[in-house]
Amino acid sequence: MFDRDALQKLEQRKTAWEQGPVAKAMERFGERSEEFRTTSELPVERLYTPLEVAETEYERDLGLPGEYPYTRGIQPTMYRGRLWTMRQYAGFGTAEESNRRYKYLLEQGQTGLSVAFDLPTQIGYDSDHSLSRGEVGKVGVAIDSLADMELLFDGIPLDQVSTSMTINAPAAILLAMYAALAQKQGVPLDKLRGTIQNDILKEYVARGTYIFPPQPSMRLVSDTFAFCAEHMSNWNTISISGYHMREAGCNAVQEVAFTLANAVAYVKAALDAGLDVDTFAPRLSFFFDAHNDLLEEVSKFRAARKLWAQIMKERFGAQDPRSMMLRFHTQTAGSALTAQQPDNNVVRVTLQALAAVLGGTQSLHTNSREEALALPTEDSVRIALRTQQILAHESGVVNTVDPLAGSYYVESLTREIEQRVLEYIDKIEELGGSARAIEQGYIQREIQESAYTHQREIENEERVVVGVNKYRISEEPPTNLLRVDPVVERQEREKLEQLRAQRNQAHVDEALEGVRVAAGGQENLFPRIQKAVTVYATLGEICDVLRDEFGTHQASVVF
Amino acid sequence: MAERPIRVLIAKPGLDGHDRGAKVLARALRDAGMEVIYTGLRQTPEQIAATATQEDVHVVGLSCLSGAHLELFPRVVQLLKEQQADDIVVLGGGTIPSEDITALKKQGVAEVFTPGTSTQEVVEFVKRTVQL
Repeated sequence: MFDRDALQKLEQRKTAWEQGPVAKAMERFGERSEEFRTTSELPVERLYTPLEVAETEYERDLGLPGEYPYTRGIQPTMYRGRLWTMRQYAGFGTAEESNRRYKYLLEQGQTGLSVAFDLPTQIGYDSDHSLSRGEVGKVGVAIDSLADMELLFDGIPLDQVSTSMTINAPAAILLAMYAALAQKQGVPLDKLRGTIQNDILKEYVARGTYIFPPQPSMRLVSDTFAFCAEHMSNWNTISISGYHMREAGCNAVQEVAFTLANAVAYVKAALDAGLDVDTFAPRLSFFFDAHNDLLEEVSKFRAARKLWAQIMKERFGAQDPRSMMLRFHTQTAGSALTAQQPDNNVVRVTLQALAAVLGGTQSLHTNSREEALALPTEDSVRIALRTQQILAHESGVVNTVDPLAGSYYVESLTREIEQRVLEYIDKIEELGGSARAIEQGYIQREIQESAYTHQREIENEERVVVGVNKYRISEEPPTNLLRVDPVVERQEREKLEQLRAQRNQAHVDEALEGVRVAAGGQENLFPRIQKAVTVYATLGEICDVLRDEFGTHQASVVF
Repeated sequence: MAERPIRVLIAKPGLDGHDRGAKVLARALRDAGMEVIYTGLRQTPEQIAATATQEDVHVVGLSCLSGAHLELFPRVVQLLKEQQADDIVVLGGGTIPSEDITALKKQGVAEVFTPGTSTQEVVEFVKRTVQL
């Protein structure tokens, strides 16, 4: 980007500056540390100048917003056109209770819904299963059948909202329930907007809500891609997630690398299933974490966008520009919140949300202050949502596209992250792709190593966490935390009992047999699952059939 | 000092998949010279109690971040008692509200560690408790 002579002169000037004013200042004060590093251990220099970005070519590496390689953003006008979708992840207790929370959030100006399911739902057990004991309605809403889905979205027209569902192993089943509900509301399937997470690979390394082994799980993913390509053209069929791997302890570089490696695996699986890349790739979406290291995070998002565009164009030969655009949701970092002095978390969340916005996110969830302790109360969720609204309407950062572009540091860091991610992706390819790397425990070990290093740095006080290892106060344990009433579990069981008594059991048996036959064969499973949910077969019943046919995943323990 | 190394079972009861804390702690205890076994995810209280007695551990550390701790932790304590293994110290960790900590301690959980606890604090607690 710069003239060679000018760079040479600058280099001389910089050397002189280091030997002169810098050396003099160092004599008097020294610097706070021998070396400075980002949260992800990337070295940080004292000063960035055109010299550090001399290798960057504007057109090749940055381009214009809405154009390849999309480093500066996927839309030409970004937030000058439309703000990101403010989407708070929520759900707990019964469907009725969660429905009330959704309506509250919509009234407060939230623009999209995001459903949290309880663990039994995520792992394919009904509320009356013995393994569900103690877990029903705890970390999300309990959904056993279409009947619960009807209550969850009562009074919410599905053609008016976009809905994200954090569901992975049984994603096809929950999507089938959502589609069945839309049909009941008279909404055509191609009018539905939203996302299922449907990212099973990361469940094997972080988060842990897997059910089936990798191969049949990947088939369920590809079947869902194929069904949606034909019938639900506005639905994001997957949200390939770095978030949970980052929360499990990996750094920003690893987050991007492991996410893109998983994305490559999904693309390959769909191609192997006979799909054309441009029929499904435009509906792939991503989900990243936003941590406190503001400039590193912004650079991370920019590097991820560029890398994905290159992978899709150069490696997979995508022609449709939408196949090359990395669209992503962001959630602020739960693992960066502290249980100590929880109000400080509002400030952390603000920094993290700012990183997401400066990084060009398409949607955003901001965590609430007490989430290191419990699910958030309505008051705390409102502050979290207001944080986004303040960024959107008061900070001014939304009024120009990719405002940090051209910062010598941000461009240099973007490039550094890109190069390090490529090294990781190559390494994973050498191991045979991400599914193989996961089987071998490689990804898990990388994550754990970073998590352990991070913890040691906090305990050695190399890293300051305000309120935890510095600036501590003695404080009373917080009260007024949200609690899920244990009565929820009993209510859910009673509802199930009633459902089983009222539905047409012959229809259920027949539909479940259809799922079994399809699972054993080659046909697309999705229509069979859809049939089963429509006659009120439960999530647990459908998963039991699939567990019989597919077997269950046995995790190897790595620590 | 104990004559043999302190043996610890770190376990994840219930359906919760968050095991960053469990794994970091397992490694810290191992680095402190203890023998550590980690069960992996989705263990029932029955499985955990059985592993604890078979492996002849001094301490069981239970980690749960899903809110199911009141259901799951006391069940492990009770099962150990039924197997005459109530000399095994049961510890808990996770996102656990302070009222629940009181309830868990009443039901035989020796200590509960919440977010922000340093691994050294746990190491010292284990050493102190097992020596008694």
